[in-house]
Amino acid sequence: MSDLRSGDLVRCFVGGSELKGTYITSRDGMAVLKMDSGYNIGVFPGDCTLIERPPPVKPEREEVIQDPSLPMLSIVSTGGTIASRIDYRTGAVTSQFDASDILRAIPGLSAIARYRTRKLYTILSENMTPSIWQELARAVYDEIKGGARGVIVTHGTDTMAYSAAALSFMLDTPVPVVFVGSQRSADRPSSDNVMNALCSASVAVGDLGEVAVVMHGTTSDDRCAIHRGTRVRKMHTSRRDAFQSIGVSPLGYVDYPSLKVTLSPGTRGRGACEPAIHDRLEPACGLLYFSPGMSPDMLSAYSGLKGVVIAGSGLGHVSTSLIPAIRELVNEGTLVVMTSQCLHGRVCDRVYDTGRDLIRAGVVEGEDMLPETALVKLMWVLGNEPDSQRARRMMQENLKGEYTRRSLHGV
Amino acid sequence: MEYERLGLVAGIEIHQQLNTSEKLFCRCPTELRPFEAHNGEFFRYLRATESELGEIDRAAREEMKNLRKFRYYTYDSTCLVENDEEPPAPLNPEALAICLQIAKMCGMTPIPQVHTMRKLVIDGSNTSGFQRTALVAVNGTLPNGGAIETICLEEEAAQRVKDEVFSLDRLGIPLVEITTSPCMRSPEEVQEIAEYLGMVLRSTGKVKRGLGTIRQDVNISIREGARVEIKGVQELDLIAEVVRREVQRQQRLLSIRQRLRERGASVSRAPQDVTALFSHSGSKILMKASRIMAVTLAGFAGLVGEEIQAGRRLGSELSDYAKKCGVGGIFHTDELPAYGVTAEEVSALRAEVGAADADCVVLVAGDTRQVECACQQVILRAEHALEGVPEETRKMLEGGSTSYMRPLPGAARMYPETDVLPVPVTSEFWEEIPRVELLNAKAERFRREHGLDAAVARQMAYSEHVMLFQRAVDLGISATLAARTLIATLKELSRDGLDVRPLLADRDREGVPVLPEVLQVLLGVKDARVGKEAVPDVLRRIIQGESPESAMQAVESTAAGADLEALARSIVRERMPFVREKGMEALGPLMGVMMKEVRGAVDGRKVSQVLKAALSEALGEK
Repeated sequence: MSDLRSGDLVRCFVGGSELKGTYITSRDGMAVLKMDSGYNIGVFPGDCTLIERPPPVKPEREEVIQDPSLPMLSIVSTGGTIASRIDYRTGAVTSQFDASDILRAIPGLSAIARYRTRKLYTILSENMTPSIWQELARAVYDEIKGGARGVIVTHGTDTMAYSAAALSFMLDTPVPVVFVGSQRSADRPSSDNVMNALCSASVAVGDLGEVAVVMHGTTSDDRCAIHRGTRVRKMHTSRRDAFQSIGVSPLGYVDYPSLKVTLSPGTRGRGACEPAIHDRLEPACGLLYFSPGMSPDMLSAYSGLKGVVIAGSGLGHVSTSLIPAIRELVNEGTLVVMTSQCLHGRVCDRVYDTGRDLIRAGVVEGEDMLPETALVKLMWVLGNEPDSQRARRMMQENLKGEYTRRSLHGV
Repeated sequence: MEYERLGLVAGIEIHQQLNTSEKLFCRCPTELRPFEAHNGEFFRYLRATESELGEIDRAAREEMKNLRKFRYYTYDSTCLVENDEEPPAPLNPEALAICLQIAKMCGMTPIPQVHTMRKLVIDGSNTSGFQRTALVAVNGTLPNGGAIETICLEEEAAQRVKDEVFSLDRLGIPLVEITTSPCMRSPEEVQEIAEYLGMVLRSTGKVKRGLGTIRQDVNISIREGARVEIKGVQELDLIAEVVRREVQRQQRLLSIRQRLRERGASVSRAPQDVTALFSHSGSKILMKASRIMAVTLAGFAGLVGEEIQAGRRLGSELSDYAKKCGVGGIFHTDELPAYGVTAEEVSALRAEVGAADADCVVLVAGDTRQVECACQQVILRAEHALEGVPEETRKMLEGGSTSYMRPLPGAARMYPETDVLPVPVTSEFWEEIPRVELLNAKAERFRREHGLDAAVARQMAYSEHVMLFQRAVDLGISATLAARTLIATLKELSRDGLDVRPLLADRDREGVPVLPEVLQVLLGVKDARVGKEAVPDVLRRIIQGESPESAMQAVESTAAGADLEALARSIVRERMPFVREKGMEALGPLMGVMMKEVRGAVDGRKVSQVLKAALSEALGEK
C-alpha cells in the first residue's frame, strides 16, 4: 500500500464489497480513491492493492497568440489565484500563472491587452511580510520602467489592503497599479475571478495613475469598485463585495459586462508623475488593539519598537491604567499613533480627559487613517525620515490619500 | 416477451428530499416559500466549462462563457451559503444518519469515510455552479434480484421561477439519490422497483412528501440503441409509459437509420447563407432574422418529419439541438410549405442550395452567431441519425414523451469539495443506526394487531400521520376510530378549507411537548366524555379557536340539553305507519334520523338504547 502513487488503478475491499478506483492520496490515515463515477471515497489503506499503474497523462496546452496592437500589461502574481485549472482525473485544482494559461481560462482578457507575467511568490496572503512588500514594489517598479501600460498584482484577499497601502507609499506611479483577487475560488463556475480580472485589466489600461484595489462592488455581477490603496479595507470574511473604501467614495467603478470604466473627479490621472521608488521600511513597528481591562504588562511586548499604532476605542482612547505604559514607550523613543476601532470617523483626543492625557503622553492623533494603513505608513515614514519630529509631522500629513482633512457626510 | 427480444435494459435513479430541520450545508430551514415572499434578489454569470458543452463549437462556448446570466430570489429563510457568498457548514449529521438508515434498509455497505464532491452544474440551478454530493454507501439488493449500486447524499438545486430566474429556498435541502444497476427488463418492472424504493424511503418517516419531493430518473437502452437518461419523472404512474415511449423512440430511430443507409444519405457540413431568399417572406420569424442559413441533409426527405414518439419527430430532435444556441427552433422542408413559407419559396430554396427531391433542407434563423452555432448543432444531430441513437440526457414532457437536454454527463464533472471535511462512518456509528419497519410490513401488522381492514391498514401505514396513529393506539384509543379520524375526518376538514395542522402539533408555541389536540379529543371518546360521532364537530370547533375541553363540553351539552327520551318518542310517533310495518327492524333507519337530530353529539350506544325503549313502548301500546 505504501508504494501507491497518485493515478494508480487500485482494488479495495469495503465490508465485503470489491471496489475499483484511482488512488489519489493518503490523508489522516485514510486512502482517498476516485471511483469511475467521479466520486471520491476514503478507505482503509490496508484494504487496497495495486491493479496497474497507467502512464501519466500530460495535459495538452495550446499557446494563446496575443494581439500585438493592444497595450502591454504586466501581471505580477504573489499567490492570489486569478485563474485555475481542474484536473478531473485526480480532482486537483492548480493555480495558473503563465500568460497563456490565464488567457485560456479568462479568454475575455485577450481583447483588452497583451500580457506578460511575472511570478514573484506563491504564498497565502497571511504569510506576507514587509520585506515581500518591498520586493513586490521593486518588481512593479521594474515593470513600469519596462514600459508596461499598467500593472496587475494578483494577491490573496486577506492582507491585500496592507500590500496595496505599502505600494502606495513606496511607489510614485504614472500608470495604474491594480491589486486583484477573488473571494470565491477560481475553480467554480460562479467565481468572481473572471469579472474581477476583466475589470482590473480595464482599469490597468485606463486613465488612473495610482495604486488601487479592484474587486466586486456588490454581491451581483454588475460592477467592480476601484478603491484607493490607502483607504480600502476587507470588511467581510467571505462576500464578493468584501472590499470597501472607508470614509471616502471609491475612485470609480467598472460596469460589467460592458467593462466601461468611470473614474471619480479627484483621482490621480495617468502620467501625473515620473516613476519613482522609495522602498525603505522600518519593520520594527506594531499594531495594538485595545480592549477593556487590558493589562499594562501587554505593552511591554511593544517596548523597543520604533513605532506603534494603537487601535483605540471611540474617538481614540485606551483605559487610564495603560497611559503610564504608553508614556514610557514614547519616552523610550517609540512613535505612537492613535487610530480608532470604529474605522469610520476621525480620532479626536481633545474631548475627554483620557484623550488629553494621551496627547500629553506624546501620542500622535492618526486623524481618520485606517489602523492598518497607519501601521504601513508608520513603517514607511520611519524607514525614510530619520528626524523624529519630522516623522511625527509626516504622520499627520496626507501623503498618498491615506488621510482626508475633512470628514464628508454620506461616505 | 417483446421487451426482452428488443434487449431492453433499464435502471433508475431516485431522488428524495429529506425532512431534516436544517439544510445539508447550512443552518437554514428546509421549507419551500411562495415566490412572493422573497425579500431580495441578485444576479450572477456562470461560466461554462468544456466538459459540459462538449458538443458546441468554440465560438458558442465563448459566448456562453460571458452571457449566462442568472437571477436569484433570496428569502428571510435563506443565507449567504445559498448565495455562494460563504463557505459551507459541515455535512448535516441528521441527513447523513437518515441516508445511512436507508442504506441499511437496502442491505448496503457504508463507505468508511464519506467525501463531499463538487459536481459541475451550470444551468443556473446552483449558485456556485456545482452541486455538492457525497457517495455514502454501495451494493444493496432489490426484491427482483437486482442491485442498488450506490446511495448518495446531495444538495437539492434551486427551483426555477421562470426562464433564468431561480428561487433559493429549495437550494441545499438534503436529497438522497439511490441508483440501481441496469437490472430491469420491462416497463412494468421499472415501475414496480420505483414503487418499492419509494416505499422504503417513506418507511423512515423522515422524507419530505408531496409533489416534487421525489423524482425519478430512468436510464434506458435497447439492443443497438444507446443509453438515454430521462430526468425528472415526478409521477410514479407514468414511469412505465416513459419507458415504453423511449423504447419506441429508439426503435424508430434505428428504423430511420436503416432507411438512411439504404438511401446512401449524407449530411452536408457546409451550411449555406439563404438570408436573401426570404427578405419578403410571409413568415415573421424569417422576416425578422438578420441571418438565415440552410443545412442540406441528402437523402433525408420524409424521414425528418416522421414521428418517432407521440408528438415528436426527428425534426424535433434537430430543433432541440439547435435551441441550445439560443434560436427558437428550425424549419425543415418535410413540413414546408407552412408557417407563412410559400411553395415558391421552398422551390427557390431547393434550387439555391442544389437540393434534390430526396433531400431535406433545414432552415435556421436568428443572429449570425446563434445561427452559425445552431447549424453545427443540426449537422451534429443529423450525423447521429446516420449512426442510430445518440447517448443523451433527456427531460420528460407531459404525457411521457421526452426532449433533448444535454449529452450524458461523465465522471469528468466532479472534483473534491475542499471546504467540507470528510466524515468517518465508524462501525459503531453504523451499528447504532436503527433499522425501521417497512411500510408494507407495518400495514400487515396494523391489519393483524388492530383488526383494521386491509385497505385501511395500508392507507394508515403509508399516511403521513402514521406516528399519530401509533401514539393513539398506544394510548388505548380504538384503532378504527383513530384511523378513521386521521385519514377521513382530517381530509374532510381540509376539504372545507380548514387548516388541520394545529390539531396535529406535538409542541406548543414555546416548543414544549404537548399531546396533540386530535389525540386529546380521541381520548375524550375513549373516556366516554364525548361521542365518537361528535369528533368532526369537536375538531371543527377547535380549529375555530376553542380549546379541546370546551369544544367537547359544548357539543356534549347541546346533546344533553335535548331530552333524548322525548326526542325518541316524537320520532317514533311521527313514523308510526313505518314502525308498525317494520316492527323492531325500524331501529336501524330511525337511528340515522335520531343521530342527525342530535348532530352526532351523543354516543351512538346511548341513542340506540333510548330509541329501542321508545320503539318497544310504541309497539307494546299497539
